[in-house]
Amino acid sequence: MRFDPADYELIAPGTLQAVVALLADEPGKWLPIAGGTDVMVLYTAGKLPARKLVSIWNLAELRSIEVLPNEIKIGAGCTYTELREHYVIAQEFPLLASAARWTGGIANQNRGTLGGNIANASPAADSLPALLAYEAELILVSVRGERRVPYVGFHTGYKKMKLAPDELIRAICLRRCFSGYLHYSRKVGARNAQAIAKVCVAALGRLRGGVGGGGDAIDDVRIALGSVAPVPLRLTEVERIVSGKSVDRELVQLAKKAAVAAIQPIDDIRSTARYRTAVTGNLVAEFLEQLRATGKTA
Amino acid sequence: MSHSSERRGQGGGNNRAKSELSLTINGKPETVRVFPMERLLDVLRQELGLTGTKEGCGEGECGSCSVLMDGKLVNSCLIPALQAAGANLTTIEGVAEGPQLSALQAAFLECGGAQCGICTPGMILSASHLLNKKPEPTLGDIREVLAGNLCRCTGYMQIFEAVAEAARRKSSV
Repeated sequence: MRFDPADYELIAPGTLQAVVALLADEPGKWLPIAGGTDVMVLYTAGKLPARKLVSIWNLAELRSIEVLPNEIKIGAGCTYTELREHYVIAQEFPLLASAARWTGGIANQNRGTLGGNIANASPAADSLPALLAYEAELILVSVRGERRVPYVGFHTGYKKMKLAPDELIRAICLRRCFSGYLHYSRKVGARNAQAIAKVCVAALGRLRGGVGGGGDAIDDVRIALGSVAPVPLRLTEVERIVSGKSVDRELVQLAKKAAVAAIQPIDDIRSTARYRTAVTGNLVAEFLEQLRATGKTA
Repeated sequence: MSHSSERRGQGGGNNRAKSELSLTINGKPETVRVFPMERLLDVLRQELGLTGTKEGCGEGECGSCSVLMDGKLVNSCLIPALQAAGANLTTIEGVAEGPQLSALQAAFLECGGAQCGICTPGMILSASHLLNKKPEPTLGDIREVLAGNLCRCTGYMQIFEAVAEAARRKSSV
């Protein structure tokens, strides 16, 4: 046995207010645990540095999905199952819905939370490229109050993020403005269920005139990747290169080259830098080809 | 795992002591004294003697420890005891209807869906979760709900067939 439960403290204060008060009392000392799908794995392996844990599972304040006219506010404690089953997420944010469907298996989807996926800060997390593509904003809460920050730039290095030691992720906000876009996502891995991605991508694009509108120049585009850098990565240079252009063979080659230059893939147990580089180029190319196809009127 | 005596952690506070945990298992109320970070899997197996729930990987990959908690499929190896306080659990011991095997259990036997048996309790709980939500599942639904349960014996086809067969029998009743 590599762990001894007697060495760990776990409390469940039951309200958000009580949890943030605890975090403020001893900043950095308490590790929040929601569904446990990451924390318990480390714990069982004897690799959990924290000894004091505070349960945020089932906190009512973190569980709602609020649908407003211009945005949707997803409580950080919502599970992947809840994301999958929500009609607005399924209809308007399919990149997030598919990431939720590809994360773990049903049992893990019933426990894993979106806030947990962000706080765990794995560069391979399935849901994070979707949040980059939709330019999500995070609501962070502490006893000092709430603040709203863009998710782009939130993760600053491997497992590093702009979250103060007394703060908790409260909600994830997505603007409801992507109806005319192509939503493209792929997870490349041993299998979708359970396996962690070798490379994953979430991308959005729109041609002038919208889907089926007959235009062919790229009007707006966002491409985000997981598992190819220390943080989930937005390919801003690729986006700059293709914006305003029509997709042709030459543009696809330029985009592939820029994508490969932007990533910092590594060799690890799941894949190799070489394979990840090749796949990244191919996924960017596939996305651009699909985007071009949306311009053709049926 | 055994804790012969109650220990208090160093560094003060009595939160690391064992405390009472009450929950309902297979319809029966139970109270045990456990550490809050004890895994639900160990509470079931060690404290309550319900060894039908198996430990495979211990990290949420294999589904051998699947149980239903408040009607939802979960991996009991990833749940700290405290988070199961007040919960309503179904384990493999609660699946049969008295001496009568459930439709799923009978179909697993008849279709060759159980071989060495380690994955079987988890497979049956996962399949129950599906049939509770969707009594007439497609093969895709069956494959999806069992994607988190690994089996090294059957090659899965007999298991998929067992679940489909159980669904057919239940809907024809």
